[in-house]
Amino acid sequence: MGRTMIEKILGSHSGLDSVRPGQVIDLAIDARVARDFGGANVVKGLTDAGLDVADPARTFFTFDCNPGGSDQGYAANQQRCRVFAGERGMRVFDIDRGIGTHVAVETGLVWPGATLVSTDSHANILGAIGAFGQGMGDADISAAFAFGKVWFKVPGSSVVRFRGRPSPEATAKDRVLAALASLGAEGLLGHAAELRGEAIESLDLAGRMTVASMATEMGAIIALIEPDEQVIRFCRSRTAQRFEPLHPDPDAVYDREVTVDVEGLTPRVARPGHPEDVVAVTDLPRTRVDSVFIGSCTNGRFEDLRAAAEILRGRRVAPGVVLKIVPATDEVWRLCLAEGVLEVFKQAGALVGNAGCAGCAAGQIGMNGPGEITVPGCGSRRG
Amino acid sequence: MRFSERLTGRAWVVEGDSIDTDMIYHNKHLAETDPARMGKHAFGNLPGWEEFPTKAKPGDIVISGANFGCGSSRQQAVTCFKTLGVVALVARSFGAIYERNAVNEALPVVVWDWKPGQVESGDQLAIDLGTGRIENLTRKTSHQARGLSGAELAIYRRGGLLRRG
Repeated sequence: MGRTMIEKILGSHSGLDSVRPGQVIDLAIDARVARDFGGANVVKGLTDAGLDVADPARTFFTFDCNPGGSDQGYAANQQRCRVFAGERGMRVFDIDRGIGTHVAVETGLVWPGATLVSTDSHANILGAIGAFGQGMGDADISAAFAFGKVWFKVPGSSVVRFRGRPSPEATAKDRVLAALASLGAEGLLGHAAELRGEAIESLDLAGRMTVASMATEMGAIIALIEPDEQVIRFCRSRTAQRFEPLHPDPDAVYDREVTVDVEGLTPRVARPGHPEDVVAVTDLPRTRVDSVFIGSCTNGRFEDLRAAAEILRGRRVAPGVVLKIVPATDEVWRLCLAEGVLEVFKQAGALVGNAGCAGCAAGQIGMNGPGEITVPGCGSRRG
Repeated sequence: MRFSERLTGRAWVVEGDSIDTDMIYHNKHLAETDPARMGKHAFGNLPGWEEFPTKAKPGDIVISGANFGCGSSRQQAVTCFKTLGVVALVARSFGAIYERNAVNEALPVVVWDWKPGQVESGDQLAIDLGTGRIENLTRKTSHQARGLSGAELAIYRRGGLLRRG
């Protein structure tokens, strides 16, 4: 019987020829990651249980929630992780590096078909390169650090087929918002989805990351996109690991197939509170905004920031409005610097933050005051 | 602590679907690492439930709708219930990460497609974790839910993922 993408990845990492939905397996993890959020609890969990790190070369910290350490708690947690890592020779992607999952792709900690777990609920963004990523809690990550594997229940697979051709104005974010509106917050609950259709397959890596980052908002375990030549070439340039492109078998068995209609799709916006409460931008009354945020794991790639710069070039942020921009990683930050994008942002009067996360987990930038009307372009979740 | 597979306790019915981890445990308390200080924040960001930590008693059972605990991976959203002595979580469905976090901390998660009128806050419930049988002792009714799988029960009996039993 044929296998879906998730069944192939989980099978190859559990020493089993075939795995089936509902089966509980011991899953080997290629990259085991904790952040400044959760990391200190992972250290505490290991210490309290008398456990240690199985393989320091495959175990990492990424400090991305609050790189500046403006919150005393985060600063203290970072230092505890740093000391723990130093004693074991583990690599720390420290406060200058950016969002851990993005860094994992850029530095080749993962590749198509690889497995990663992190204390980041959006670790399933790795579906963008056809890898398995999963956000887990402190206890799970402690177990992954200590044993190199975690227990995992094989999820059922779904196909989400995007049908039609979006309007030229509709970005990757608009496409995934269309899926959220159509499928709902529980639409893919507990499932591994494979996203297909021209509207997805035509996206570059940045666009694929935008789409995959929203799987959690649909309740999905992960949203996998079959890597194309461009993605494979990128990953090969970043990792020494040899890998074969991963494809689902033609006779793979899916629990269900759903279609998302994106024909003529126009720009969308999710109203506050629920990411699935999506309307066309033109259906909203004209609203004066107080602040705008651009960044996060969903929209913090260079391509996103360059698009923002094209709009901002030669313009200034309106009086009384603030603009906050957070590049996803140091690599993105440097590209912005080299390509003149930062110059545009500074001329426009924007605040540009450290590479990393932003407001999602009470992080460095992007929080707002009571009654403040903020347009996030775009965080992945409710504020 | 003993890990009984038959639990009896008082129900708190938290109506609504997709009650997320930020409503259960607000992100402003994320830097907290001491479990003893997490309980007082449970449901602190869910309107109408801010008093829950002072009203909850050890042995209580929390019941909610679909996709309970969706959102982030924060373990504190499970630990805060453990701190208060909540013995089980019952919902129509759970967010996937949350469900794992609860199992790993030996806080049983029971999936029950309950209907209005079958359970109210204050009802006394008995839950068999192995069979998934739920008895409403107050209403003298019995319902079939999904209990814990073998792997989940094994972690529960050990007292948590990182315990060696």
